[in-house]
Amino acid sequence: MSNTLRPYLAAVRSTLTAALCLENFSSQVVERHNKPEVEARSSSEVVMNPLIISRNENEKVMIEPSVNSIRISIRIKQADEIETILCKKFTRFMMLRAENFIILRRKPIDGYSISFLITNSHTEQMYKHKLVDFIIQFMEEVDKEISEMKLSLNARARIVAESYLSQFD
Amino acid sequence: MSSTEVYQLNFGPITAHSFNKDRTQVAICPNNNEVQIYTKAGKSWNLIHTLAEHDKLITSIDWAPESNRLVTSSQDRNTYVWNLDETGEWKPTLVLLRINRAATFVRWSPNENKFAVASGARVIAICYFDEEHNWWTSKHLKKPIRSTVLSLDWHPNNTLLASGSADFKACVISAFIKGVDKRPPPTAWGEKFPFNTVLGEFSNGSGGWIHSVAFSPSGEALAFAGHDSEISIAYPGGAIKNIRLTGLPYLSLLWTSEDKIIAAGYDCAPVLFEKANEEWKLSRIIDAGKKKVMGESTAFNRFRDWDSKGRGGSEDSELNTIHQNTITSIRHYAGTRENVTHFSTSGLDGKLVTWDLESLENQFRNLKV
Repeated sequence: MSNTLRPYLAAVRSTLTAALCLENFSSQVVERHNKPEVEARSSSEVVMNPLIISRNENEKVMIEPSVNSIRISIRIKQADEIETILCKKFTRFMMLRAENFIILRRKPIDGYSISFLITNSHTEQMYKHKLVDFIIQFMEEVDKEISEMKLSLNARARIVAESYLSQFD
Repeated sequence: MSSTEVYQLNFGPITAHSFNKDRTQVAICPNNNEVQIYTKAGKSWNLIHTLAEHDKLITSIDWAPESNRLVTSSQDRNTYVWNLDETGEWKPTLVLLRINRAATFVRWSPNENKFAVASGARVIAICYFDEEHNWWTSKHLKKPIRSTVLSLDWHPNNTLLASGSADFKACVISAFIKGVDKRPPPTAWGEKFPFNTVLGEFSNGSGGWIHSVAFSPSGEALAFAGHDSEISIAYPGGAIKNIRLTGLPYLSLLWTSEDKIIAAGYDCAPVLFEKANEEWKLSRIIDAGKKKVMGESTAFNRFRDWDSKGRGGSEDSELNTIHQNTITSIRHYAGTRENVTHFSTSGLDGKLVTWDLESLENQFRNLKV
């Protein structure tokens, strides 16, 4: 782990632990509704200030807490065009299967690659510290995954080009 | 003698619990629209009644000890008073609440002739029995409340009410109802208090939803816990002592005597606050937690795990506290209000735990020596 990644992840972890203090909160605006307030934005006093933790200009996390839900948006590192394409494909693949990931949001927030929405029912069903671990692990793995894909893509491109050009020998 | 008794009554959360007078029965809500009443049988609890009248999540339950009546509030905007009839069935009576948002919290007054219902409609409904029309009717406290009321507590004199709400304020309001209450003697909070007189309005240092409010046994002090991980003790006249904490916020408070408060919340363990030399401070964590049993050769086990499971270390996800998730409610279990000896907690992990303070104190004393 490089020495800027560790404090970055530690900051995200402690912010998430504090932000994941959720309770069952029914809507103050619509009768008999119970909506994640961070999405509904119907009453301002139950939504807290969003917090951005950034490692550099390309990698940052936005955490938006509220009384019964929090939204975590991650911007994944994209150094060049190949990484941009890979990141888009990778997150799209996951978001199409969002219900299997339970806490994944179907669309990311503007300016971010992927968003998670955790509500009070998730913290009731699952261990909170494991949810935090999951997000942290995701952040650790996703960079690795994308650079691996980039390497294998380059290797594949090289093989394809070689076998194509060998015909003209 | 074991100091704590742990019962797993539900696998999901318990949103509220309340014991009857002799602590032989308990009413809980298993995170749905039903109330379950369990009766104690030796070391376990048996389900004897399921009360299904609400059609949304039940947020709060209170069992009146003397009159043996239950009151439940729900997110379906209703409150029912349940009476046990001759055939042994619980019969609901709808309360005329006149609120149009979720009812979030309910508590009987000390004399059990009234109860207060907090709601998301920015009002508190004070309900009393209307003999003339033979139903429960209500009057609304509206004035200082600007958001959902999250908790309530009655002053021991049966007329003052404390409320904590999501607008970052804790209030002391008069809930005196002419014709129901006799004129109470003056208290430290005020001399005369017609209905809806605001006798005190407090906010904690850095703002945060007030999750819990509690009057001290004498009613001369009010403690409240905010989402900014602070516990504040307010006195009549406006003096406030704030205790700022480093842990996660507390959701529920209980005074065990005039100088001791127990708090519990997102940290999953109850803690004790004590007053010494006019200063309040965190005394200790009541649930000290059990040490995980480590094998003699942890390195050996780790490598064996790497070999057999492909992962090292213990994959134990349990916390080392008794409650495995947030504690949402602390209730008085035994002892007088001035000297609580036992208390009970329930939380999102579906456990109901009764704690014996005295034997815990003894354990702690032994540890110290």
